[in-house]
Amino acid sequence: MDRQIRRLGIAFVALFAVLFAQVAYVQVVAADRIANEPANAPRQIKAEYSVERGQILAANHTTVLALSKPNPDPASPYKYLRYYPNGELWGQLTGYYSRIYGRTGLEQAMNPYLSGTAPEFATQNLTDIILGRPKRGGTVITTLVPRVQATARRALGTHQGAVVAIDPSNGDILAMYSNPGFDPQALSTGSDQQIEKAWQQLVTDPDTPLVSHAFQDLYLPGSTFKTITASAALENNWPPTKTWKNPHHLDLPGTDTFIQNFGDEFCAGGASQVTMEEAFTESCNVPFAEIGMALGADKMSAQAQAYGLCKIAPVVGQPAPCLNDTIPFILPWQTGRFPQASYFDNNEAALARSSIGLDNDLLNPLHIALIASAIANGGTLYDPRLVTEVRDATTGQTITTFDQKEFSHPLTSTSASELRQMMVNVVDHGTATLAQIPGVVVAGKTGTSANTHGPPNAWFTSFAPAGQGQTARIAVGVIVLDGGDLGNEATGGQVAAPIAKQVIESYLQQQG
Amino acid sequence: MSAVAAATTERTRRVRTRTGLTATIVAVIASVLAYALQGLGVEGQTPAGLVTYGIVFAVLALGGWYAVRRLARDADPVLYPTAVLLGGLGLAMLYRLMTARNHPEFATEQAVWLAVGLGVLVGTLALVRDVRQLDAYTYTIGLAGLALLLLPIVPGIGTEINGARLWVNLGFVTFQPAEAGRILIVIFLASYLGQRRELLATGVGRFGLPRAKDLGPILLAWGASLLVLFLERDMGASLLLFGVFIVMLWVATGRWAYLVLGLILFAIGAYIGYLAFSHVQVRVDAWIHAMDPNKVADEGYQLSQGWFAFASGGMVGTGLGLGSPTLIPYVGSDFILAAFGEELGMLGVSAVLLLYLVIVGRGLRIAVERHDSFEKLLAVGITTVLGLQVFVIAAGVLRLIPLTGVPLPLVSYGGTSRVASAIAIALLLRTSAGPYFRKRRMRPTTKDDDTQVAV
Repeated sequence: MDRQIRRLGIAFVALFAVLFAQVAYVQVVAADRIANEPANAPRQIKAEYSVERGQILAANHTTVLALSKPNPDPASPYKYLRYYPNGELWGQLTGYYSRIYGRTGLEQAMNPYLSGTAPEFATQNLTDIILGRPKRGGTVITTLVPRVQATARRALGTHQGAVVAIDPSNGDILAMYSNPGFDPQALSTGSDQQIEKAWQQLVTDPDTPLVSHAFQDLYLPGSTFKTITASAALENNWPPTKTWKNPHHLDLPGTDTFIQNFGDEFCAGGASQVTMEEAFTESCNVPFAEIGMALGADKMSAQAQAYGLCKIAPVVGQPAPCLNDTIPFILPWQTGRFPQASYFDNNEAALARSSIGLDNDLLNPLHIALIASAIANGGTLYDPRLVTEVRDATTGQTITTFDQKEFSHPLTSTSASELRQMMVNVVDHGTATLAQIPGVVVAGKTGTSANTHGPPNAWFTSFAPAGQGQTARIAVGVIVLDGGDLGNEATGGQVAAPIAKQVIESYLQQQG
Repeated sequence: MSAVAAATTERTRRVRTRTGLTATIVAVIASVLAYALQGLGVEGQTPAGLVTYGIVFAVLALGGWYAVRRLARDADPVLYPTAVLLGGLGLAMLYRLMTARNHPEFATEQAVWLAVGLGVLVGTLALVRDVRQLDAYTYTIGLAGLALLLLPIVPGIGTEINGARLWVNLGFVTFQPAEAGRILIVIFLASYLGQRRELLATGVGRFGLPRAKDLGPILLAWGASLLVLFLERDMGASLLLFGVFIVMLWVATGRWAYLVLGLILFAIGAYIGYLAFSHVQVRVDAWIHAMDPNKVADEGYQLSQGWFAFASGGMVGTGLGLGSPTLIPYVGSDFILAAFGEELGMLGVSAVLLLYLVIVGRGLRIAVERHDSFEKLLAVGITTVLGLQVFVIAAGVLRLIPLTGVPLPLVSYGGTSRVASAIAIALLLRTSAGPYFRKRRMRPTTKDDDTQVAV
């Protein structure tokens, strides 16, 4: 019998070996795959909330946009809670971090770093396990300048709209604020009922505070689009001084409609000829419609694409989706849109309207500010950058960096210089005199685009300093929706330009 | 017995005593530490009454050890501390789970059952002075075992819970007689096979097939197992019963034919069970498709949650009280291994399984060391029942085989199971110790003798 008993012992060892093998498979080999199954959500959330999530900091490394603090309630399954000290000021950029509604904004985009799960953290996490230290996420450092952001909010005041400020030399976003914003705190802390209530309020709000006007919405750009048409003309070697016919109305071929200037005014006092320069300063529609038609669909589409506007094939009554990927951004965003060339076949009227920022043209403050940046820096369009680096929360060592990236070269430095001068004229003696800053040369372009209902949207795109030989330090895009406090009388120069002025001033003062 | 031999025996005894006592103390410390840690994990503070718990646990465990030493002086020194450690770890985990579910009194109830189990263990050792005296009651014990197994079928007292008819309700007490019944059956088989192994071992024909009339018992056992499956719908009990029978038959006779035949019959029985019972089909379906997106929250919920617990625990686990094992249905009974997996990780689960492997190893070693075939078969049987039960539930929880609801011996929630395990351990201890005679204790002639031998 002893022989059988020994064999039985071997059999038991074999059976248990199978158990050990399966334990190793489920707990180590396949553990990540199994634990990340969607059905394991309760544990995933709890695990996430037991890590001290990294902070999100402004460019100055001291202003805290988001941080985690230990939960004062020790019985709660969530060990840490997320706080946003400045409330709604940064809400649309940080996004929210909610155990019920998930993550958005930087909380989502930078989640692997904030939660310490990115591959770069592997060594650190192993050390933490060995030393018994709690796991911590990395600190995310943004490009944002608190003072500029605060000025943008103050300058917008009660107006619905958005302001975007960019460093033209590298595409860094200095400020990006949209009114109304939202406070992510309400979605991140509190009881489930409180969070659900806050969510209901946000999603039923007709002003859609969860969506940023700065980069997640699109609007007809109106006359700000003339920066693109002018770029195409300059790139086509048509100088600013080239003259164009200047009728009061421009009949559109193939239709019984016509284009008029803003307010049905006469451009340049009704002279029969006008230079592109003059037309730009006064923002005359008729000559720019002529320029666009003279350039043709191919050149207009190509210029828009060079500026990163995606191609669309417009269909009446529907929003047209992008046909190509364009400028990448760390947050989900809407790039500007411009129809592909074939759309204008046998449709010169559409080309005329598109040349002055109507028809199916679409932009938002972020994109218009990127365009201004490219003009400001002599012709290079950079990807917008919001995060520069991630650092170890304990040691402060840099874990990873995000370098500036060029997207395109939409115009030559000569064209850029000529266009800069045209934009300086706009502020000096054109439609945007309200953007003037004593002692600083400011370049800009206004826009006023009619809404189907109600007062128009007021635009302004600008950069400074813009003197000959000066290096521009800030580019600003502004939109004020529905005319702001001027209602139907609103223009980009009246409503949007003063906002840009304050933002530029605050940045240049800080820089000294 | 020569003086030198007596001295050697005495020295072995002392080493054993020291080993046993040290191991018991380690088991007590580990168990009380686990209890303290689960409190820290669940509530952020050491549990109230930690000192009382520690003292009571230590006094009972060490008192038990002393009683075992007195009643079964030459008993295996490792078995008892291993059982104490498993019981203590299980109890700590039950406190952790029941506190999270706001019913710590359920865990206290199990603590009482653990103490009762200890009493039963000592009582069994006191009562059964020589295991061979059980050999005299072959059929009485066999019938008693069968009666216990089939008791839940009796109308009026049998109670069906969760689709299986495993419970007996006598009005004042509800219990599961299956485990106690299994031990009695094992005793019966050890006795029966011990007496007839020569007969059963002779084969006929080229392959040494068993004679037709010797097939009676195996078919009978197969029938009884199927009966348990059909009438009580208890897959686990049925599997264990048949498994232990086949193993004991094979060990007793040394004939592979019985093993092969047993496997064939098992396959047939399993297939019949699958065809006949929807709940068996559901189990198999849940086993295969537990992680399918459309079943993960329904039929596969318990198994997938178990897997999630293991996977979330990873190598070292979340720490006691820091995971979410209460998401798993029946985590305190069938799925307690998954709770260990989540909070103590692969290392913790492996440690628990290794403790069982230690018990299995010691049990089989006892079987080899004894010379009486009844004693050998008894040790083999008890060890096999225990080892198979651990394998069946662990493999079920780990999704190696379809899940059959049997408790993890000594660890899981359940009073009857604890008492049955205590009897099993007591019988192994008694077998290893040999008969107890009330006689003068042998002492070494002088201390010098001892020293001489030691040098």
